[in-house]
Amino acid sequence: MAKIEFLGPLNRDPIEVDIKSLNDLKEMFKEDKEIQEWLEICAVAVNDSLVCSLDTKIEAGDKISLLPPVCGG
Amino acid sequence: MSLELHDGPLHVEEISNRWFNEMKDKNYGAYIPFIGIVRDEKGISGLSFDIYEPILESWFTSWQEKAKKEGAYLLMAHSRGDVPNHTSSYISAVVSPQRKVALKFINDFVEDFKASAPIWKYDLIDGKRVYAKSRSTALEGAGLLK
Repeated sequence: MAKIEFLGPLNRDPIEVDIKSLNDLKEMFKEDKEIQEWLEICAVAVNDSLVCSLDTKIEAGDKISLLPPVCGG
Repeated sequence: MSLELHDGPLHVEEISNRWFNEMKDKNYGAYIPFIGIVRDEKGISGLSFDIYEPILESWFTSWQEKAKKEGAYLLMAHSRGDVPNHTSSYISAVVSPQRKVALKFINDFVEDFKASAPIWKYDLIDGKRVYAKSRSTALEGAGLLK
């Protein structure tokens, strides 16, 4: 299982999912109306590195983080 | 490393004095600080912040490596949680042998900080946290899962 973290204003508890790639996660989220509104503006990190490909492979124990737009300072 | 996170508003005098005392005998000719102060505007009583520390640390480390190549060194402090108006949530500083390098670096560093550091800002309005969505910047690769 991989762990999904919803950071900052997403404000949801983490979940564990059985997926093989980020493509699987994209499919999974199609049913989730609330998260759909955020996906266009959220970046994705796998094990704390930002990723840019849906083909990114996901292994058991990986941590996937959804990061909404940021504004420090 | 020289990245520090504090709960609530920053104690500006303590941090500034400590950094200056740590740096003054390192033979850097220029010390350029930037101190952000929360403004009283749009009816807010302050700001509030969430931080994702693992990516903030790797982002800061990459900037520290860039600074090292220029002979400079970076320091940064940021708040977690609530920060009232007219207090500080963010301090950064660059030291370098030359003024011009430090001045350029503080500008480039703070610009990228605004665009890339994984920190989320909320306005405090009537005791509630309201995400400052319109003032926020999407990170590189945003929209991958849309």
